[in-house]
Amino acid sequence: MKVPYSWLREYSAPDLTLSELEHVLTLSGTKVESIQHHGIGAPEGFVVGKVLTCEQHPDADRLRVTTVDVGEGEEPQQIVCGAPNVAAGQTVAVVRPGAIMPDGTKLKKAKLRGVASLGMILSEDELGLAGERAGGIMVLDDDLVAGTPLVDVLPVFDEVIEFEITPNRPDCLGVYGIAREVHAATGAALAPAPWADDSAAGSGSEIPGVTINVEAPELNPRFTARAFENVTIGPSPIWLKARLLAAGMRPISNVVDITNYTMLLTGHPLHAFDLDEVAGATLTIRRAHDGEQVDTLDGQTRTLDADMVVIEDAEGPTSIAGVMGGARSEVSETTTRVLMEVATWVGDNIQRTSNKLALRSEASGRNEKGLAPEQALEAQAVATGLMLELTGATVLGGTIDAGPFAADPWPEVTLRLREARVEGILGLAIPRAEQAATLTALGFGVADAPDGLDVTVPGFRRNDVTREADLVEEVGRFDLDKLPATLPKRRGTAGRMPLDARLRRRAVDALIGRGAYEIVGWSFTEPGVADKLRLPEGDPRRSFVALQNPMSEDHSVLRTTVLGSLLDATRFNVARGNADLRLIEQGAVYVAREGEQLPHEHRALGAVLHGRSSAPSWGDERAPRPLDFFAAKGLLAATLDALRVDWSVRAEAQPFLHPGRSATVLAGDEVVGWVGEVHPLVARAWELEGALAAFELDLDRVVAHAVAVPYFRDLTSFPPVRQDLAVIVAEDVAADDVLRAVRGAGGKLLDGVRVFDVYRGAQVGEGRKSLALALTFQAPDRTLSDEDVAPVRDKVVAALAKHVGGELRG
Amino acid sequence: MLERIEEIHDEGLGAIDAAGSTEQLEELRVRLLGRKAELPNLLRGVGELPPQERGQVGKRANEVRKALEARLTAAVERLDASELDAKLITDRVDVTLPGDPLQPVGRLHLITQTWRELEDVFVGLGFTVVEGNEVETVHYNFDALNHDPTHPARGRTDTFYVAQDTVLRTHTSPMQVRAMEAAPPPLYVVIPGRVYRRDSDATHTPQFHQVEGLAVDEDITLADLKGTLLEFSRQIFGDERDVRLRGHFFPFTEPSVEVDVSCFNCNDGWMKDGSRCPLCRGEGWIEILGAGEVDPNVYSYVNDDRYDPEKVQGFAWGMGIERIAFLKHGVADLRLFYENDLRFLEQFG
Repeated sequence: MKVPYSWLREYSAPDLTLSELEHVLTLSGTKVESIQHHGIGAPEGFVVGKVLTCEQHPDADRLRVTTVDVGEGEEPQQIVCGAPNVAAGQTVAVVRPGAIMPDGTKLKKAKLRGVASLGMILSEDELGLAGERAGGIMVLDDDLVAGTPLVDVLPVFDEVIEFEITPNRPDCLGVYGIAREVHAATGAALAPAPWADDSAAGSGSEIPGVTINVEAPELNPRFTARAFENVTIGPSPIWLKARLLAAGMRPISNVVDITNYTMLLTGHPLHAFDLDEVAGATLTIRRAHDGEQVDTLDGQTRTLDADMVVIEDAEGPTSIAGVMGGARSEVSETTTRVLMEVATWVGDNIQRTSNKLALRSEASGRNEKGLAPEQALEAQAVATGLMLELTGATVLGGTIDAGPFAADPWPEVTLRLREARVEGILGLAIPRAEQAATLTALGFGVADAPDGLDVTVPGFRRNDVTREADLVEEVGRFDLDKLPATLPKRRGTAGRMPLDARLRRRAVDALIGRGAYEIVGWSFTEPGVADKLRLPEGDPRRSFVALQNPMSEDHSVLRTTVLGSLLDATRFNVARGNADLRLIEQGAVYVAREGEQLPHEHRALGAVLHGRSSAPSWGDERAPRPLDFFAAKGLLAATLDALRVDWSVRAEAQPFLHPGRSATVLAGDEVVGWVGEVHPLVARAWELEGALAAFELDLDRVVAHAVAVPYFRDLTSFPPVRQDLAVIVAEDVAADDVLRAVRGAGGKLLDGVRVFDVYRGAQVGEGRKSLALALTFQAPDRTLSDEDVAPVRDKVVAALAKHVGGELRG
Repeated sequence: MLERIEEIHDEGLGAIDAAGSTEQLEELRVRLLGRKAELPNLLRGVGELPPQERGQVGKRANEVRKALEARLTAAVERLDASELDAKLITDRVDVTLPGDPLQPVGRLHLITQTWRELEDVFVGLGFTVVEGNEVETVHYNFDALNHDPTHPARGRTDTFYVAQDTVLRTHTSPMQVRAMEAAPPPLYVVIPGRVYRRDSDATHTPQFHQVEGLAVDEDITLADLKGTLLEFSRQIFGDERDVRLRGHFFPFTEPSVEVDVSCFNCNDGWMKDGSRCPLCRGEGWIEILGAGEVDPNVYSYVNDDRYDPEKVQGFAWGMGIERIAFLKHGVADLRLFYENDLRFLEQFG
């Protein structure tokens, strides 16, 4: 809502600077979005002038050389002018060299085809008083005195305040409504409402020959109409055009401008019909038929449905009620009789119509917020005064007031505002008298009650203020800067970071500590990702949650794995020359469930490794290893071991992984994820080459397996005995099988065993490999001797032979 | 005899002090205190002296032996240290070479970093962290939050729909009613999470993150909201910060406010060079969130009679994680958060 400051001050003019006013209005909820200067850059140099002489330019057919009186005590100035209508004897607007023009430039002395020009004679558009390029200079009243500053006689220098009006306050979509806020916020006097004087209205409730039928009363609480004859269509006066332009509306003709001006002032839209073009002089307000078509003012044909309301005359629909008028009965240059309509509609219904037709107008923007029926006659009163003043019109007949509100006005609502409640909600005491003063300033009726005030809500606040809490806001919002800053008293509660959240942080931090970069990808993906990932039919990761209204096909479903977004980020970085990537992502994944409204959501933690394990370093002669299966498994181990999860892997292929280099990850017996090298065809789908390994965990499940509270195990002071063992097994025997055999035979004395080397070569034979095992023996109660360990070792060797066909090497 | 002992003493100490290496000291040890040396022999022969001399000679000889031993030990330590010093100096390395093997440094994403920062601030202020589902029912996302049936946010131009009655949550606020249904008052929770709106430009992305706050107790006031957010602002943006509340409108709070923090980039809207502050656009204040007292209608949607608006009251807020990060770190374009360019990622976390 753009409001010229001078217009606002006509109704409430606080003794504050504009920036002080901006501050109090912004704090109280009428936020100033911007303040823009409108018109000329500075008042200096713009004056009234009298054209003394006007001669043809010697060297240019289209130019005249004039001398202009610019005021007492100054020589007449020579000004070259190109306007066809300039003539001696005119009173005109003049700008002199050095002045700042509306576009911010400084006017200079000029020479036009060899003749000096000390300024310009101005047209309306050059002063911001017309929307279009004017055909000639502006001619002013002859009784103006030469040398008078232009700002004293024309609205050419103003500030325009743009307000953000919240949707609950359509009353502030009018200048007077904002003036009421200024009044309440600053205490400055509020001028009487511009509709207070409606003495020009005709008497009676009928207009000769005009019929109004409200056939959709449930969607049209009130329909008012007045008529005017002897209307002369023409341009609006300068002051009115200036205000419309400053408020962001284009002047059209006096009658149309009056409807717009009245709307800007009162907040209520109006529509002017050419009464002679209203077929049968009859307007019927009814629901549209499904599929019914109407031509609107913007030259389009709109198709309606039965929940939309049309206004029709004897020849059919002319307007979409509350949204836009029709072309057929629009006011034109030849109009002499006007029917002025101001009607109240049901806000929700107008909003629906406007959305469904994708048709928005100044009128629909106000009507959709639900205006009060009382406002209809306010707008009629203002428009009537202007019609008589500016178009030479006379009133024809009285005021038609149709619809259910006219028959049975809505009752006023009275609410109790308890004084204690105000302080109880705000934490700030506001004396009852002050509460009463604020509410009165805002237009509420106030009466004393035993524990506070009985507050009567005016019609224009009926939708917004329905409960005591709403009144607390009304009295509190002007004192928000006085609120103390206190903390809640808290009773028997304390803040907590839940255990699972802390463990999730630990899991992520373990990876960050190992050089991983965390990405945040899109929850959205494309359905085609299922094929790119080679997911077979029936794979649960094909059960996408699909959006009904995606912003693009690429983002039309929700992801079922974070692998896609990790590969997207990998490709993005590789394309930008960022090599050697170790990316991780934590975030929700979503799998639709048959028969359930909401999908299954769990938090995933995934990683993609691409390129080399590290940059080459001066201390290491070997080339860095590519990031392969074991790099991924090592990173996976970092996060699982950080949480002390008892985990293992089982060789098992995922469709998108290398069939020989992928595994299922288990915590205890529960499947919690996968790890592996990405299938070359999947890598190709993402245009990636070279080492590419990944894992993904169901972080919610993993966290459930974490040992959050480890139990103390006594530290034995007896030293361990360490022995290494090299065992040769067939190539297809898994390391885990070997370790299981060792552990099974090791008994109580075996404290631990791990694989520390793998060897293949001629010495161990084709199809075989040698695993080097490090065994640790320890007893809690004594130092072990070789004699203690020897039999255990023998059992281990026997078990290896028996269970995995292992034989000791060398 | 005693004179000889004094001679041994003086000569010995002099020789020890003059020794220049640990080898020389070892020789001296043998010469002065070894099996064949004079002093030990002398000590061994004390028994053969006349009784009146025995005590005096024995005592003095023993003192001298101890003095020589002590001086030798000290000299060895002194020379050991200087020889070690000399050796260490020749072992010098170029300390300006990089560490090896290279220890890669990972980084949290700026969103996660900020998310955690906010969680930690609010846990310190007594709030418990809870999280919720992102695909949400229209009931919890709009109806229970007192949105009119025709509220524009419900429109398909604003909100992603999965089904007629199911949306991607447009804010973390649906967790307000869910959290109240899960636990009786007093309730103090913050809800971080991902949310979705159909919007995409330099200052909007179709997914972003919020932290919801909700405090419901017998007497939680708007002043308590101000105090809580003042403390939050000072922890996040610096101790000199101030906050102000501006009247506003939200369907699920009454009174509703927007909260501004005083700009930390300028002096009341102006930069040192006299130009207008680009961050607050010269206003001196930056909008950081929307908030208010929980609207009484919201309690009526909570399936728990203990949330009776005549008995409990509270405040709620919703703040954007990206917005806080963007303000604090000066990120130019919100879309950078989701491109995941390494050159962006390595700057934070």
